Amino acid sequence: MTDLESDLRRLSPEPELGDLPDLSQAAAAAGLLDVAYATLDSPLGPLLVATTPRGLVRLAYIDYADEDAVLEQLATHVSPRVLAAPRKLDEPRRELDEYFAGRRERFDLPVDWALTRGFARRVLQATAKIPYGATATYKQMAAQAGSPRASRAAGNALGSNPIPIVVPCHRILHSGGGLGGYTGGLEKKRLLLGVEGYSTLKQP
Amino acid sequence: MRLPPFQTLLDAHGRDVHRFLVASVGRIDADDCYQETWLAALRAYPRLKDASNLRSWIFTVAHRKVLDHVRARRRVAVPVGEVPETATGRADPPEPGDDGLWARVRDLPPKQRTALALRYVADAGYEEISSVMGTSEDAARRNVHEALKRLRMEYRP
Repeated sequence: MTDLESDLRRLSPEPELGDLPDLSQAAAAAGLLDVAYATLDSPLGPLLVATTPRGLVRLAYIDYADEDAVLEQLATHVSPRVLAAPRKLDEPRRELDEYFAGRRERFDLPVDWALTRGFARRVLQATAKIPYGATATYKQMAAQAGSPRASRAAGNALGSNPIPIVVPCHRILHSGGGLGGYTGGLEKKRLLLGVEGYSTLKQP
Repeated sequence: MRLPPFQTLLDAHGRDVHRFLVASVGRIDADDCYQETWLAALRAYPRLKDASNLRSWIFTVAHRKVLDHVRARRRVAVPVGEVPETATGRADPPEPGDDGLWARVRDLPPKQRTALALRYVADAGYEEISSVMGTSEDAARRNVHEALKRLRMEYRP
């Protein structure tokens, strides 16, 4: 390599040390921000929160689910125009903070059901109506979704809930009073029920 | 067509694209070109037919924005009394953090400048340069060669 060539490499523009120009504002203004996401901390560990122009589309426990896999899922099933846009997630962040602090019993965020379909969507939409502090059974949710005998399928639907916490699948318990399952770990389910004042200590 | 989340492209290539644009249009205009490049890419992204070389694709978009930028600069160029000494008819004022060598590069004819920036800023091979610029590999080689020749005549380290 000649001196000139090595000088061209050596003197080429340095990478920016700070942040590069933020794209998300301009993308949103141009109507191109199909999925905006951010990660945030919570008492349940780190969360990934994603919204579309229609509403909250995904909330994931990223100590449990792989962040890249969650973004791939959004790219494949919602839109590949997925961008990190922390400022777009201010409202979900605020509502979640208030919820965990015990100062919010109902989320005002609109929900985008794009990642759900069919029976699972009906189960989750029925789940969204269970009030704070109350619980229901898998069997009841199956019945509300139109298939009273499909409690196992209802359990699967709840286990793949794309928007936990906000669509409160943690409020669904076994008929006998057992906690049932929780994607992300039963500890999280206990903590969420605890936030809502439901004592799980006596439960088996 | 399975496309990765757009953010992964931005994370992987954002800094290199920005450096390429600084080399091509200067530090002051690089941010605007950067924004325009990524917005154009974001707009076209869901319709992309081939996701096998996203790096070349994003540099192709950046290259087009550089050409747009050069054309726009020409249109608004104010006539000068003296005959310009540089190939593009303009000499940029020195910019903060700028250096003589790359300022000279910006005064090369657009194709040579882009080929050089791809080669020495983005570390592109001739195949990638030809794909980004839509030329043959020979033409890519020639552009780099001509640029080096021209710089060598003027450049004293």
